[in-house]
Amino acid sequence: MNFSLTKEQELFQQMIKDFAEKEVKPLAAEVDDLERFPAETVEKMAKIGIMGIPIPKQYGGAGGSNVMYSMAVEELSAVCATTGVIVSAHTSLCAAPILEFGTEEQKQKFLPKLASGEWIGAFGLTEPNAGTDAAGQQTIAVEDGDNYIISGSKIFITNAGFAHVYVILAMTDKSQGTRGISAFIIEKDTPGFSIGKKEKKMGIRGSATCELIFENCVVPKENLLGKLNKGFGIAMKTLDGGRIGIAAQALGIAQGAIDETVKYVKERKQFGRAISAFQNTQFQLADMNTKTEASRMLVRKAAYKKDAKLPYSVDAAMAKLYAAETAMEVTNKAVQLHGGYGYTREYPVERMMRDAKITEIYEGTSEVQKMVISANMLK
Amino acid sequence: MKIVVCIKQVPDTTEIKIDPATGTLIRDGVPSIMNPDDKSGLEMALQLKDEKGAHVTVITMGPPQADLILREAYAMGVDRAIHLTDRKFAGADTLATSHALAGALRKIEFDLLITGRQAIDGDTAQVGPQIAEHLDLPQVSYLEDLKFDGDKTFTMKRHIEDGYQMLEVEAPCVVTVLSSANTPRYMNVGGIVDSYQKEVEVWGFNEIEVDEKDLGLKGSPTSVYKAFARGLKPAGELYEVGTDEAVGIIIKKLKEKFILN
Ligand SMILES: Cc1cc2nc3c(=O)[nH]c(=O)nc-3n(C[C@H](O)[C@H](O)[C@H](O)COP(=O)(O)OP(=O)(O)OC[C@H]3O[C@@H](n4cnc5c(N)ncnc54)[C@H](O)[C@@H]3O)c2cc1C
Ligand SMILES: Cc1cc2nc3c(=O)[nH]c(=O)nc-3n(C[C@H](O)[C@H](O)[C@H](O)COP(=O)(O)OP(=O)(O)OC[C@H]3O[C@@H](n4cnc5c(N)ncnc54)[C@H](O)[C@@H]3O)c2cc1C
Repeated sequence: MNFSLTKEQELFQQMIKDFAEKEVKPLAAEVDDLERFPAETVEKMAKIGIMGIPIPKQYGGAGGSNVMYSMAVEELSAVCATTGVIVSAHTSLCAAPILEFGTEEQKQKFLPKLASGEWIGAFGLTEPNAGTDAAGQQTIAVEDGDNYIISGSKIFITNAGFAHVYVILAMTDKSQGTRGISAFIIEKDTPGFSIGKKEKKMGIRGSATCELIFENCVVPKENLLGKLNKGFGIAMKTLDGGRIGIAAQALGIAQGAIDETVKYVKERKQFGRAISAFQNTQFQLADMNTKTEASRMLVRKAAYKKDAKLPYSVDAAMAKLYAAETAMEVTNKAVQLHGGYGYTREYPVERMMRDAKITEIYEGTSEVQKMVISANMLK
Repeated sequence: MKIVVCIKQVPDTTEIKIDPATGTLIRDGVPSIMNPDDKSGLEMALQLKDEKGAHVTVITMGPPQADLILREAYAMGVDRAIHLTDRKFAGADTLATSHALAGALRKIEFDLLITGRQAIDGDTAQVGPQIAEHLDLPQVSYLEDLKFDGDKTFTMKRHIEDGYQMLEVEAPCVVTVLSSANTPRYMNVGGIVDSYQKEVEVWGFNEIEVDEKDLGLKGSPTSVYKAFARGLKPAGELYEVGTDEAVGIIIKKLKEKFILN
């Protein structure tokens, strides 16, 4: 048993904290305010390898671990949750399934450009009528010679419009339910594929969330990801990995809110002393920090198990459930401890509280995480 | 082209305190970093490598923990790292430090030796120039910029008190670089993953070419007479007045201190 970071991880943490502080934090408020995708940050992250952390060197990645990757999403999200989810969706939901389920040709074609950040990745599972019940896919893919013809639409897709590569799910055999779903890799300029409406959101407002529209979209057969009709399993496994990323995002948001709050309560004076002198403030901080540290342990454990090639699906669900609820609770308390100032955009905790909410919803709502956890207990 | 950069591990002195009883630095809990001027010098070397192709070696003299900055240098993109460490080097002042470094540099081929202008803990700015003297090489201090013609001539921009000096210098030579010269790059993630797989060469007295009497405490003529923390100055006097009156007050004060008469 060992709770220490390795020397590489310590060096990595030093770098990523420094990067987040200098390059990401200064843009966070503006990116939120203007609902602006921080393309320049992605470029900077790409340059130093952040867009391909757990991708092996042979495919142009950094060859790092999932622990490192989770640390990156945590530190980026601590200052800007938008930036955290851009990296998380790109890495966990697009590059990872291509790495895990792709053919050698697909890996050679897509991974180097994804890992280098030249291309951004996205993942399309959710549909207007298939959310938690992802099996209810209405997008269909019909075989046609050397191609599949895809028709339908996806909703709420992160990185849409900015991504070049989309891993999407579609029904290839309606009669078979979940056993009739397949995964495809779709490139931006594929005929019949377009980006629809962009959502206006409560939080993570710099990240693009849009509809994907497929109108007789012609996808070559070599872009089928994994085996025909095995797409549902691919999607579920992809989300297992993605949950580590979102748990890390939630953890980062909570830590970011704590950092801001500790600074604030030492400066703000009421009744002739710093509000940090009140026992209520101290006890709130103690709770916030304890739960955040517990989240960190869960996130790191899930990432560690993925690195060690151990089953980690339940660990990832627990990490996401707990870290997301902690992020919500901690940011709520952070705003409370900031008083009226915390409710304004003058201070970042207002944004953090809005950003936290999504972590309880996407990549499986908290209710879904509880289903995963309890199903494993009762099987 | 072959470049060597001298890098030093220093406590992050932005908030460092001095123990009032002993007059020494309180190092506990202060993170160690690569000296900022040295990191800027390293960036200069890596830019030359990116543009013209170069082999970059970093060298540090310091205790075992100094290994960290060598790993950091690997993660930034250097090709070779040497760690000078030996009991015989302990207790070195700037002169003994420069002798040890020069001793190691006699064993390494280079066209350009880069040091920082000064280390943020010692702040003497002596080590770079001393090395140049020991090795009998031309030296240019306080560098803001450096260009290489691809053959053997460097064009350098040197910061002087009230302006810049442009120089052309032939390799091999020694330069000391200011932290303002470059914004150092971030470590690369792939580089970090590899950094601990790479070899750091550990050199002691036997690996370098130097006279033992020039090393360590024996080779250090500096003796610290007294060290003390700068006392806090009281808050200044504040006048909220117009310009004319302000000028009058300043002149009066300067006269009181006999700076004007
Ligand atoms: C900003 C944002 C980004 C997103 N990014 C992506 C993306 O990149 N790719 C992608 O594919 N999707 C993405 N999504 C979609 C997201 O994953 C879904 O919104 C989420 O899975 C919930 O689905 P839904 O919105 O249809 O909610 P619903 O499924 O309608 O759920 C509504 C409520 O009912 C509950 N519920 C549903 N079924 C049950 C049940 N059986 N038992 C108990 N409670 C239940 C849910 O927990 C929830 O509280 C994103 C969403 C948002 C808002
Ligand atoms: C008055 C005084 C007394 C001291 N007494 C002692 C003592 O008794 N015992 C003791 O252990 N130390 C002592 N030191 C510290 C010791 O001198 C320094 O560690 C070392 O000589 C570097 O000097 P500096 O920090 O002034 O570097 P500077 O001369 O300011 O450094 C210039 C550049 O030289 C290079 N450089 C400097 N040191 C190294 C290094 N170690 N490795 C690689 N490159 C380097 C760097 O590129 C640096 O930017 C003393 C320092 C001072 C100022």
